[in-house]
Amino acid sequence: MKRTMLSGNEAIARGAFEAGVKVASAYPGTPSTEILENITRYPTVDASWAPNEKVALEVGIGASFGGGRALVAMKHVGVNVAADPLFTLSYTGVRGGLVLVTADDPELHSSQNEQDNRNYAKFAKMPMFEPADSQEALDFTRLALEVSEQFDTPVFLRSTTRISHSKSVVEIGEPVTSLPDTSIKKDPAKFVMLPGNARKRHVVIEDRLHRMEEWACQQPFNRIEIGEGKIGVITSGVSYLYAKETLPEADILKLGMVYPLPKQLIRDFASRYDTLYVIEELDPFIEEQVRAMGIAVHGKDILPICGELTPGRLKKALTGKEDVPFHAPQEPLPNRPPNMCPGCPHRSVFLTLNRLKAFVTGDIGCYTLGFMEPLSAMDTCICMGASIGNATGMAKVLNAEEAQRIVAVIGDSTFLHTGINGLMDMVYNNSKATVLILDNRTTAMTGRQENPGSGYTLAGDPSYRIDIEALCRSVGVKNVTVVDPYDIDHTRTVIKAEMERPEVSVVIARRACMLVKRDPVKRQAALKVDAEKCTGCKACLQLGCPAIEWQPDAGDKGKAVINPLLCCGCGLCPQMCHFDAIGGHSEG
Amino acid sequence: MKDKVTNVLISGVGGQGILLASEVLSEVLMLAGYDVKKNEIHGMAQRGGSVVSHIRFGTKVYSSIIPEGEGDILLGFELLETYRYLPLLRKGAKIIVNDLKILPPPVTLGKETYPDNVQAKIQQAFPDTLLVKGADLAKQVGNPRTVNMALLGAMSGALPIDNQLWTDTLRCMVPERFLEANLEAFTLGSRAALACS
Ligand code: SF4
Ligand code: SF4
Ligand code: SF4
Repeated sequence: MKRTMLSGNEAIARGAFEAGVKVASAYPGTPSTEILENITRYPTVDASWAPNEKVALEVGIGASFGGGRALVAMKHVGVNVAADPLFTLSYTGVRGGLVLVTADDPELHSSQNEQDNRNYAKFAKMPMFEPADSQEALDFTRLALEVSEQFDTPVFLRSTTRISHSKSVVEIGEPVTSLPDTSIKKDPAKFVMLPGNARKRHVVIEDRLHRMEEWACQQPFNRIEIGEGKIGVITSGVSYLYAKETLPEADILKLGMVYPLPKQLIRDFASRYDTLYVIEELDPFIEEQVRAMGIAVHGKDILPICGELTPGRLKKALTGKEDVPFHAPQEPLPNRPPNMCPGCPHRSVFLTLNRLKAFVTGDIGCYTLGFMEPLSAMDTCICMGASIGNATGMAKVLNAEEAQRIVAVIGDSTFLHTGINGLMDMVYNNSKATVLILDNRTTAMTGRQENPGSGYTLAGDPSYRIDIEALCRSVGVKNVTVVDPYDIDHTRTVIKAEMERPEVSVVIARRACMLVKRDPVKRQAALKVDAEKCTGCKACLQLGCPAIEWQPDAGDKGKAVINPLLCCGCGLCPQMCHFDAIGGHSEG
Repeated sequence: MKDKVTNVLISGVGGQGILLASEVLSEVLMLAGYDVKKNEIHGMAQRGGSVVSHIRFGTKVYSSIIPEGEGDILLGFELLETYRYLPLLRKGAKIIVNDLKILPPPVTLGKETYPDNVQAKIQQAFPDTLLVKGADLAKQVGNPRTVNMALLGAMSGALPIDNQLWTDTLRCMVPERFLEANLEAFTLGSRAALACS
């Protein structure tokens, strides 16, 4: 067997390939994105980006109903979008195995909330596996697909950021050889969820959960590791690793499947200890079920419910002792927050919105960074696609003058994800707000993935590129204007005029992301500040471009300089300078 | 008894090549027969944020997170981002740090200041600190993008890995057309470290 270093996401992709998955679909979202990107290494799998998570799951369901194995992947909040088909899929069950990967983000490293998606397993009455490292990520993906067919159920595989993005040593296996053929098979009693059929299926699911609960008591993925016999710990996923490190002497019941729980196994285990802990991240998901069985345990009475569990936090909760740094800097250190890249096409749009005193209902993408100083021009951010509906609602309650200040800002990929529905509502119900679509030709935030507006597929093949202007016009928007955000004056004139217009208008600010993968943007030579001409007025600093540095000690008031290693010559800052101090490409 | 796990940190600014350096390091350690875990939060890595990668190796490694006060080696690609992660180190830890300042946004905007004498403060708390002139080494190679390999080379002497394994691994991981430059940078880095020890 071959040993290799894989991240959790790479291991899930490998597991899908080994299990003979035929179709994989996803919408990118940190920390799940690399699963689909890695599946493209295996040509036996048909892998594609869907415009949103609901569509991704529906594609997976179709593949399963045709008899093929399917994998669908998304970040935790993506499951909210896919929840509608999900709950009914639980009723129909599957034909080919179907695994839904939910990649949760405790600590909100890159998300708008830290919901614990183990709750979805209980809510949708579906089994859920939870790997603790990359080896298990691979093994459990294979297992999940087998179990899906064995019990006629969709299966969750839950990862978290620390699983998805950590690398560890994995022994990879061989692909399975015998899989059933795909074909059309009519079975309306199972696949057509009208009330009469669905009522019968509900009985089937309840029975399925009971059978799985008993079966799980004898499966190797739920295992007991014997320590010194004094303390018992029930745990799963990444928390298992922290428990092993913090309580090396404890006896551990490590659950590979967190729903349904192996109740008899838990009862037998619990009966041996005076002190029993449930060690889990976020919600008391296992703890509440164990307590409901009448077993006394320690859990969230001592462990944090918010944020990640780390070995340090676990140690503090269990022993009261904190890890002590040997040395820590005494002074406060300047933060280094992420920033839009030099030359980012979004920058001037937010500068303009700031100057026009717009109230910006925002959305999810790189442009969410537009809320930061000095641009400070994003006022709300809820979830994918929310900006447009939020703008409509706000404009409804404000007087005409204030309603004019409301601007929804959304990226191209987010617009095609779920923003388009909000735009239909806006036109249909006669809103007064303005929509700005920042079309940078890619899904930039998650690492530049393709989307239906980029003109390429996941595999990189050219595809139909959705015409966003025509799409907006077709839902009834009369005023659609395209601007180049590198032209600050024109962008400002157009946005101002459209904000004043008392009806729906869409402004598309179109320019490719600096890092776009295909048709790469050419970097221009770096610009230079002429120190003689610079008056130190700081106007150029308002762009917040990381390449423009303030030198407080230069001249009387300080001067701006441009870092030639970072500047890409986008030409925005000269438009800010009234003293003609920025120009001339610097030599070399 | 639990075998001792060795804890290595690599820190710097997103876009400096930290992820590739930590990939190479963990691959080398795996090929040397260790159990290895590596982790970093990289959602923001390409947008100039602060990045730190944790690499742990030994006979058996559980968590991929290095607890405060337990880091054995820190490879810093930038001075402030080295200074920031000192709390993760144990007493007597080894530091290899690139002689480079990159100003964070609050400093370029003139709102906050870059701390003074960072290098001296690091050296004072951790006497086993090696300052590497990464940019100069990369210039000698003739490719400014090889700084990360020069730094990795400078750290290589601190790890129980023989030179041949490093070279073989780089041959597998670095694209052909950049390979010679990267190997050269790695060698220059390891020589620079030897000259100082
Ligand atoms: S990745 Fe692209 S869209 Fe995102 S900040 Fe950079 S240039 Fe802007
Ligand atoms: S806008 Fe012009 S004059 Fe003002 S600080 Fe910048 S370079 Fe100097
Ligand atoms: S031209 Fe000005 S705004 Fe554009 S990247 Fe260079 S310094 Fe930044």
